[in-house]
Amino acid sequence: MTTEPSVAPAIRVQGIEKSFGDLQVLRGVDFEVPTGSIFALLGSNGAGKTTLVRILSTLSKADAGTATVHGFDVSGRAGDVRELISLTGQFAAVDDVLTGRENLMLVARLRHLKNPGRIADDLLERFSLAEAGTRRASTYSGGMRRRLDIAMSLIGDPPVIVLDEPTTGLDPQARIEVWATVKELAGRGTTVLLTTQYLDEAEQLADRIAILHKGAILQNGTLAELKKLLPAAEVEYVEKQPSLEDVFLALVGDTGGTDTTGDRTVAAGKECG
Amino acid sequence: MTTHVLADTGALTGRSLRHILRSPDTIITTAVTPIALMLLFVYVLGGAITTGSGSSYINYMLPGILLITIASGVAYTSYRLLLDLEGGIFDRFQSMPIARSSVLWAHVLTSVVANLVSVAIVVGVALAMGFRTGASVGAWLAVVGVLNLFTLALTWLAVVAGLSAKTVDGASAFSYPLIFLPFISSAFVPTDSMPGPVAWFARHQPVTSIVDTLRALYAQQPVGSSIWIALAWLVGILVVAYLFATVLFERKIS
Repeated sequence: MTTEPSVAPAIRVQGIEKSFGDLQVLRGVDFEVPTGSIFALLGSNGAGKTTLVRILSTLSKADAGTATVHGFDVSGRAGDVRELISLTGQFAAVDDVLTGRENLMLVARLRHLKNPGRIADDLLERFSLAEAGTRRASTYSGGMRRRLDIAMSLIGDPPVIVLDEPTTGLDPQARIEVWATVKELAGRGTTVLLTTQYLDEAEQLADRIAILHKGAILQNGTLAELKKLLPAAEVEYVEKQPSLEDVFLALVGDTGGTDTTGDRTVAAGKECG
Repeated sequence: MTTHVLADTGALTGRSLRHILRSPDTIITTAVTPIALMLLFVYVLGGAITTGSGSSYINYMLPGILLITIASGVAYTSYRLLLDLEGGIFDRFQSMPIARSSVLWAHVLTSVVANLVSVAIVVGVALAMGFRTGASVGAWLAVVGVLNLFTLALTWLAVVAGLSAKTVDGASAFSYPLIFLPFISSAFVPTDSMPGPVAWFARHQPVTSIVDTLRALYAQQPVGSSIWIALAWLVGILVVAYLFATVLFERKIS
């Protein structure tokens, strides 16, 4: 689904720098995200992904450089940017005391939409949470929480969605569900910026991948372009063994079903930087 | 954006009121300690206390008990605020096109409602224990007004604590001195019975003027100058706490 749009990029980041005290987290980051594409920011813990995401979603201010979302500067026109962009943070930011449906209705009200109840029901249906909709979010599994979290971000159809490590801490099935959701979003024309530390996630989802390392972009391109950076492929014959993931998924069966277990697998600890 | 202040505050207040409805223990635990104190003072200690007011001891000490109720109730505001900050939902709200201060106002309004309910429970128990007043509707409204102002002032202090705390214990620790303050005031014994320096402190700290005002309103006596001293203290604390909270909040969201 590679898109080569002639329109202006949805996100444009130029020379962004950010320090916390003596620690320089971002050292001049530049990239553009074409409208309607999936862009992956690949980097290990501490690379500065979350800091960059917080600047783009107006939660933090850059020390230097500019960032715009559909032409609106994130610090000068923060109010407009908040109308356009929707953030799904690293840790599912849902209200545990409220039910799934109430969480969705709350966001719909805060986005000043009519019929919050109907919006909530539609999203519960779309994210296979209809049965769990009347249960408190604290009883959801990790995958269900993440789905609810993403559903909350989609309310009001914002043209740009930012997903910060959407699959960290999820089991393989929940990961595949989230991937399907991201692909569906992009299919509808939403611009998706996602951060990840998983190489296969970037490879599976992204139209373009930027590698963020120690606060700077090392490389930025399509998967094919990035692969060209290494010497040409040699042909080797390798016995095709199923991966452990293949085995696991084959054994537990379907991948898109609704989990109804109550265990929570929320990752603990925060990425610093 | 600012046109949505009321709607956004309403939506978020509905959210935190729902939290209270689903864990009503926050209201009950707020009311239990003051009720226990009331039982202790009326049925154990009260017999040995001479107030010189000529009315029953429970009439004398109820105003102080109500202030203790509110001082312990506001700690839940800092607790809930800290949970929002830690859970990431604060960031979610701030990244949305809402009136940003509505997040704080929702917690403040919730605190006012929750503390009114706790106060009503305590007053109900006091009535059962023999508290009587001939206060007019106007005097009752004045009592509720002073108590609400007290709640607002202390809740903004709680917001300061919630925004600056690092741990749950730290978020509620600020309320302990506030709960203790009524004991060194005219709330339980007349200040004349205290030794010189203590009596001076008791007469000049805010609780005494508030307690004296409430007591006079309940006893249908003239409130005199104490109501103005009380209002000056309350408005002063409210303004300082509000400004301090706003500065902390701005720093947090920029």
